[in-house]
Amino acid sequence: MAPSNLFYTKDHEWAEINGDTAIIGITDYAQHSLGEITFVELPAAQKKLNVHDALAVVESSKAASDVYSPLAGEVVEVNEELSSQPELINQDCYKAGWLCKLKISSPDTKHLMNAAQYEEYLKTI
Amino acid sequence: MSFIANTPEQQKQMLSEIGLSMDGLFADVPKEFLQKDFNLPSAMSEFDVRNRLAELAGKNHIDLTCFLGGGFYDHFIPAAVYAIIGRSEFYTAYTPYQPELSQGTLQAIFEYQSMICRLTDMEASNASLYDGGTALYEAMMMALRITNRNKILIDDSVNPIYRVMIHSYTKNLSIDLEETKNDQGLANRKALLEKLDENTAAIIVQNPNFFGCVDDFADLADAAHKKGALLIVSCYPISLGILKTPGAMGADIVTGEGQSLGLAMSFGGPYLGFMATKKEYVRKMPGRIVGRTKDNQGRTGFVLTLQAREQHIRRDKATSNICSNEALCALTALVYSSLLGKEGLKQTAQLCADKASYALQRLTAVKNVRTRFQAKWFFNEFVVELPANAAEVAGKLIEKGFAAGFPLSRYYEGMENSLLIAVTEKRTKQQIGMLAEALEAVL
Repeated sequence: MAPSNLFYTKDHEWAEINGDTAIIGITDYAQHSLGEITFVELPAAQKKLNVHDALAVVESSKAASDVYSPLAGEVVEVNEELSSQPELINQDCYKAGWLCKLKISSPDTKHLMNAAQYEEYLKTI
Repeated sequence: MSFIANTPEQQKQMLSEIGLSMDGLFADVPKEFLQKDFNLPSAMSEFDVRNRLAELAGKNHIDLTCFLGGGFYDHFIPAAVYAIIGRSEFYTAYTPYQPELSQGTLQAIFEYQSMICRLTDMEASNASLYDGGTALYEAMMMALRITNRNKILIDDSVNPIYRVMIHSYTKNLSIDLEETKNDQGLANRKALLEKLDENTAAIIVQNPNFFGCVDDFADLADAAHKKGALLIVSCYPISLGILKTPGAMGADIVTGEGQSLGLAMSFGGPYLGFMATKKEYVRKMPGRIVGRTKDNQGRTGFVLTLQAREQHIRRDKATSNICSNEALCALTALVYSSLLGKEGLKQTAQLCADKASYALQRLTAVKNVRTRFQAKWFFNEFVVELPANAAEVAGKLIEKGFAAGFPLSRYYEGMENSLLIAVTEKRTKQQIGMLAEALEAVL
């Protein structure tokens, strides 16, 4: 089940918003579809992003896929653990497998889904 | 459209099927682009074609004693090279589309990559690129990707043929490509360091450089790294038998032309571009990479690896658009270096250097011929300053049976009388003496 405190996109990213920062990651559906993740290309600190800008690249033995930013903002921190342990995304995609932290420029979440909506969306694909 | 293999009858049938006339089918193409006459000569019989080609081929000078270099060198190629690469299992230029079926081909490429890594002292090599020039261009693009910067510095002592290629590739890209002018035949350190800044992705240099001068770029590597830039070194593989390796200098990406490793000097190729880099940049490296692994029963096998970055998967976001390699040429280089071995390569390089030293001594003993640059070290190539136009002198020497060298005026201003001369292990003391005598005679 998708955690209820997070927001979701149709591209299977999640965002956990705490005040003016947000933690970004990919969902269980995404990690499962990609298979064993072998490499993560993280964004540079201070990189400025708009909604749906390419934020990171997650590479598995099957494909290298872009992760799009669910929110607009600036990268303030990346999950350095992933460079030596990319499999954290497979093991614990909503906690230890987070990708980066953004300082968000707008608290607007109208374009995102809540957990219930995302679960419904998953049934349609 | 006579080159399309269908009959007028079939064309009529197809047109009636879609309900169009021939004019109607091409109605969207503007009239001026509908070429009616390609001005081609009329067809010839096989016999006439053979005669015509033989006549054209007869215009080539094929028996000249070669002192011509400039990036391509007349080295000895053992007959065993052709015997091995000519085997039908290998004699295809293409990696098969289901590559893992061809374990032999993949193993050969893996061994080739290992050889390139040992030669250049780098950690990872790709399966090869088209030639030295495209490899250098790909290295430049790779540096831009790694650093996310926009400026490239290249010294004009880098092979001008490569620089022309880089200029034409980048003409319509927004890359700030700055060239520095060599300083007495060596890379212009002062100018390069002055231009090096926080927006510089890489410095590109060559060793030995186009004038044959040998350098150590360790200081440039340090300076580049301090600014977050990379050092790209293009090199001549045979020279690595005795020279300090680009890896030992701290280079981040190493490329070069692999022709000298057992490939014939055919006009236009096919040649071999090689590329090697540090492990940390391997995901940014273009082209195919073969890796060694184990299957589910623990048996060693070979696979194409890191493919997820390439265009058949990643489309427009691919690391590069290189999706092929020069498999047969890479195999040739591998077979050649295996036959020579570590000591053989060292001896070949030493012979080249020794014979070049002798040739320089012998040629500059000719009246009014002197060395162009005072650089301390050169490998197997050097520039002489003649008392006359170098292109004209080289023309006269062809009549005497010598491809005497490369006239530098073609690419460098103010070098009308400069001739670039290359000496390989194949040249004999007698041939060098005869060149000196012929030169004396035509001056």
